[in-house]
Amino acid sequence: MALKMVKGSIDRMFDKNLQDLVRGIRNHKEDEAKYISQCIDEIKQELKQDNIAVKANAVCKLTYLQMLGYDISWAAFNIIEVMSASKFTFKRIGYLAASQSFHEGTDVIMLTTNQIRKDLSSPSQYDTGVALTGLSCFVTPDLARDLANDIMTLMSHTKPYIRKKAVLIMYKVFLKYPESLRPAFPRLKEKLEDPDPGVQSAAVNVICELARRNPKNYLSLAPLFFKLMTSSTNNWVLIKIIKLFGALTPLEPRLGKKLIEPLTNLIHSTSAMSLLYECVNTVIAVLISLSSGMPNHSASIQLCVQKLRILIEDSDQNLKYLGLLAMSKILKTHPKSVQSHKDLILQCLDDKDESIRLRALDLLYGMVSKKNLMEIVKKLMTHVDKAEGTTYRDELLTKIIDICSQSNYQYITNFEWYISILVELTRLEGTRHGHLIAAQMLDVAIRVKAIRKFAVSQMSALLDSAHLLASSTQRNGICEVLYAAAWICGEFSEHLQEPHHTLEAMLRPRVTTLPGHIQAVYVQNVVKLYASILQQKEQAGEAEGAQAVTQLMVDRLPQFVQSADLEVQERASCILQLVKHIQKLQAKDVPVAEEVSALFAGELNPVAPKAQKKVPVPEGLDLDAWINEPLSDSESEDERPRAVFHEEEQRRPKHRPSEADEEELARRREARKQEQANNPFYIKSSPSPQKRYQDTPGVEHIPVVQIDLSVPLKVPGLPMSDQYVKLEEERRHRQKLEKDKRRKKRKEKEKKGKRRHSSLPTESDEDIAPAQQVDIVTEEMPENALPSDEDDKDPNDPYRALDIDLDKPLADSEKLPIQKHRNTETSKSPEKDVPMVEKKSKKPKKKEKKHKEKERDKEKRKEKEKKAEDLDFWLSTTPPPAPAPAPVPSTGELSVNTVTTPKDECEDAKTEAQGEEDDAEGQDQDKKSPKPKKKKHRKEKEERTKGKKKSKKQPPGSEEAAGEPVQNGAPEEEQLPPESSYSLLAENSYVKMTCDIRGSLQEDSQVTVAIVLENRSSSILKGMELSVLDSLNARMARPQGSSVHDGVPVPFQLPPGVSNEAQYVFTIQSIVMAQKLKGTLSFIAKNDEGATHEKLDFRLHFSCSSYLITTPCYSDAFAKLLESGDLSMSSVKVDGIRMSFQNLLAKICFHHHFSVVERVDSCASMYSRSIQGHHVCLLVKKGENSVSVDGKCSDSTLLSNLLEEMKATLAKC
Amino acid sequence: MIKAILIFNNHGKPQLSKFYQPYSEDTQQQIIRETFHLVSKRDENVCNFLEGGLLIGGSDNKLIYRHYATLYFVFCVDSSESELGILDLIQVFVETLDKCFENVCELDLIFHVDKVHNILAEMVMGGMVLETNMNEIVTQIDAQNKLEKSETFIFQSPRQDR
Repeated sequence: MALKMVKGSIDRMFDKNLQDLVRGIRNHKEDEAKYISQCIDEIKQELKQDNIAVKANAVCKLTYLQMLGYDISWAAFNIIEVMSASKFTFKRIGYLAASQSFHEGTDVIMLTTNQIRKDLSSPSQYDTGVALTGLSCFVTPDLARDLANDIMTLMSHTKPYIRKKAVLIMYKVFLKYPESLRPAFPRLKEKLEDPDPGVQSAAVNVICELARRNPKNYLSLAPLFFKLMTSSTNNWVLIKIIKLFGALTPLEPRLGKKLIEPLTNLIHSTSAMSLLYECVNTVIAVLISLSSGMPNHSASIQLCVQKLRILIEDSDQNLKYLGLLAMSKILKTHPKSVQSHKDLILQCLDDKDESIRLRALDLLYGMVSKKNLMEIVKKLMTHVDKAEGTTYRDELLTKIIDICSQSNYQYITNFEWYISILVELTRLEGTRHGHLIAAQMLDVAIRVKAIRKFAVSQMSALLDSAHLLASSTQRNGICEVLYAAAWICGEFSEHLQEPHHTLEAMLRPRVTTLPGHIQAVYVQNVVKLYASILQQKEQAGEAEGAQAVTQLMVDRLPQFVQSADLEVQERASCILQLVKHIQKLQAKDVPVAEEVSALFAGELNPVAPKAQKKVPVPEGLDLDAWINEPLSDSESEDERPRAVFHEEEQRRPKHRPSEADEEELARRREARKQEQANNPFYIKSSPSPQKRYQDTPGVEHIPVVQIDLSVPLKVPGLPMSDQYVKLEEERRHRQKLEKDKRRKKRKEKEKKGKRRHSSLPTESDEDIAPAQQVDIVTEEMPENALPSDEDDKDPNDPYRALDIDLDKPLADSEKLPIQKHRNTETSKSPEKDVPMVEKKSKKPKKKEKKHKEKERDKEKRKEKEKKAEDLDFWLSTTPPPAPAPAPVPSTGELSVNTVTTPKDECEDAKTEAQGEEDDAEGQDQDKKSPKPKKKKHRKEKEERTKGKKKSKKQPPGSEEAAGEPVQNGAPEEEQLPPESSYSLLAENSYVKMTCDIRGSLQEDSQVTVAIVLENRSSSILKGMELSVLDSLNARMARPQGSSVHDGVPVPFQLPPGVSNEAQYVFTIQSIVMAQKLKGTLSFIAKNDEGATHEKLDFRLHFSCSSYLITTPCYSDAFAKLLESGDLSMSSVKVDGIRMSFQNLLAKICFHHHFSVVERVDSCASMYSRSIQGHHVCLLVKKGENSVSVDGKCSDSTLLSNLLEEMKATLAKC
Repeated sequence: MIKAILIFNNHGKPQLSKFYQPYSEDTQQQIIRETFHLVSKRDENVCNFLEGGLLIGGSDNKLIYRHYATLYFVFCVDSSESELGILDLIQVFVETLDKCFENVCELDLIFHVDKVHNILAEMVMGGMVLETNMNEIVTQIDAQNKLEKSETFIFQSPRQDR
């Protein structure tokens, strides 16, 4: 519409707007492309105009064309022009076009940095918003680095609309510029408790995304999220948090235990299906992480399975799908509980919905047993026939193979059946999974000895049948099975019925159309086959026959020699020469068969996939060290792999040169055996030592399921697997009958000499005997090596860069890059000051540096330990299972743990909270009798406040560790007296209010008041409103549109015993004086008897100290400041102080937001800065029983007031 | 994360495409085609989830869609999003469109794709859900429209802009 008006207002010569363009395209259905190219020409003309409105219109049309698939990158510069228009209307068009078409490769994107920065700081929230939205789509590493600091500032914007966008975009910034994560994280964490639900939700969103990739770094946030989970009513937030917990529980099983109860409650209480589903999902994750160690959680599993069944039975297909999806997760750890719903799942297999069938397929994996495997697979095979889409069919195929091969073919009783299933699967056209089938064929043929004969007959039929070869190019996938077929026929050629026939099949000219690697296997196995035919013929004395075969080889092999594939060519020419040599010998009537077959003597044993990795590296062997000095870089690259390859060759008898005669061979073999025996690192095939065909088949040591019974199966050609099902039924039936008979005539049976291994009277699953003698040869592993999956992470994972330890305090070097030339007033200087200061301070402090680093290390370690302890504590205080698991009291109890002190320490807490009265005493007590629990608890609390302090300490540019300029003996080093910055505001029988006032970092002259409300009654407190009478000097920031007299709602309700924190922003005009504001908290207390309206009056005391922000300062900068002479001076002295100097400093730091600049003996310099940029410098000296504080400040009134406050604090010491 | 949001009609003609990962225009068209192909052959009463196409795919991703009269609304999301939550979000999106266009129909989307983009931008930002409260979204959209109108007015009156 707006565009229409634009159009109407100016009579342009190119008057086509977006609507006209769309209409035009719709009217030119026949020659759309031509019409559009005309339009593009017009647009190009329009873009040449000076009028920004015309340009914007053109760009708007381009955005539409981009959607239709037209490349508009040529207009990137014009888009930037429109982006920088002053009018929101055009700006929005520009940003939209940019977000649709810009990417990291767009070269002009770097031109946007300043424009975006300008828009971000625009006074109009929509300009900022549109810039953030656009940026979120095309942010590049450069943009992220340059703008990170600006965006971080916006995270504390007054308007929630901007805040939430800024918070959300931080995720993109982290992805592109991982270094920004640590500096920005404290503030992000703060936003989790933002008063605006939208901002809170955005912060949860970002942290969930981060934590999903690297959960372990976010474990320490678990208590906070737990609190949010129990207090939030926003389903979106709840879902995200619950999903996050699902990712965290595998790392910390105790967390899971804590979660089960509230989650179960939610499952019972919520009406939102989405929430219910996510709860079930997370409970499942918890149960998985607890594994089977917790027997009493079977109730939870039952609950989950029960709820899921309801979902699956629902008529809503979506719920059905999700139910199945979640069910498959339970399946992994608790298959039993899922198996009872087999009927339901089999039913879903017939669903008309493919997505649901796929999910049901997943579940089938755990449903099979020996009894029903054939039946289920038969059902799947009919689905395979019916399936049209290749994706679903391929999925079916892999599932069939998965199901059958799971846990070492545990459920297969008849391998002939399995082979024929595999053979049937080869008839699928266009599948991508030919290699899977091939791998299965090989695996089964190698590991199940008894099946080899049957397998070979099937494979030779496959080789013979033309259908796989027919159009090998089109159905590229399936011809992979020929690889397996050829290998099996070659390797086990002694089982072939008609080897000559197979040999011819393998030498057909069509074979050369196959992919190279398959041809190579053909060539190799043709020789094996040839060797065995030769032997047969010679033994039978048919010299002519033998010569004929040789002639066939000589005739046909050249077709492979001509192959373009190197491997095929090499093998073929090698073998051709060999065969020619044999031909010569044959002409002289020399028997050659023995020697030729010696080439392939020895059996290949399956080697476990990880066996090679498990070979221990012998001591003193450094695989990375050079054996010889590398010649040059390029050469050394090739050298290593070659060596490896060489070694491999030696290990395999097959690859050896074949010219050596029998004796030589034997001698070498002996020698090598000797060598291997002496070499402790040779992968010996023990426990199943390498066998040869000549040796007696030493199968005793192989775990063999010995069942001596087989149904005589004489199935010519390719049998259908279906008949096996029938046969199997018969067989089982017969087995059963015989068993019954046997029970009656046991003696008779013995006479017959039939061995039956099972004689259990009931037919259970285990009772079904396999049809073949099955010996699954176990895969070889080096001794003492256990198969395990170490999942190696993908090194290219973009999220790996975000795997950053967030608990470590920030180092000096970690700060967001800051625009250097910025026209902000100097009072807002921390951004500017600190880097400067740092540069200067580098020189003189070389000595100190080491010391400092050491200390930082120490601190880091300390902090880490503390963090861990805190989490431990939080996790370990599981409330005793309440008799009646009502959700409210239990969660209340929990969140009390996290928010304020529990009741038994109430007194302690109160004194702390109230401030300082008995601190010295309490501290003494603490020192004398270290009660571990208490201390931990205090630490936790301290941590909390500290965490807050930290975030507060952080000026946008200069980051954390600098916030603790510990130079010589930090106050943190000694045990700190436990303190809380929260002081009591007011209390009555219903509610207790404590508050903390801190300066806001972002806005001048603003302070944030965090009020913790604790419900002490047994009623639910709701409808809470806070009304504060503004003074001339201090005003409360209220939501837009509300008047000065309106109360500001508290964004939560309080169930009994629960406490929560709300934050309010106040604007202060003059900060040189302390002030008090009167306020009232009104609320409705509701209990069983009814609801009453209650009020609680309070007075907010803004002390001068609360206007100070802990700001780090280096000693040289400090000295400069003092020298400048702009500061007025004042001092106080307090007598009768017994407290140690260390603690004294800590107290000043804590209560008055100072930081220690330097400390020498009993004298220390301290620094702080007000929210309006006043510098405050202190010199604290301790004498005998007295302390004197000299202060310098740019405002004398502020200084004197501050010193008064300090005096009051010190007087209590 | 939401990877992409697509709206196309019953004939596969795109009415809106928003990719939160960079793809070339050709790939985008291919994805739209493929998605349409996947979605359009599904019956009305089957579930609204599809395990992704190959292009936008990856095993982690899912297509979640809703079909309203002549239009398909398709969201491609990864496993961090709640399936039912996204379905709700699509509903919110459509209801918001309905409010902003007053009885939205396909033609509204066809002719005002820019507006649809603006509405979407208030709901999803850079692939993450920004706002789910419809009233809040509508308020912001109205405020922006008002701002735009006021600008047009200023722009209209002097007439010397050319």
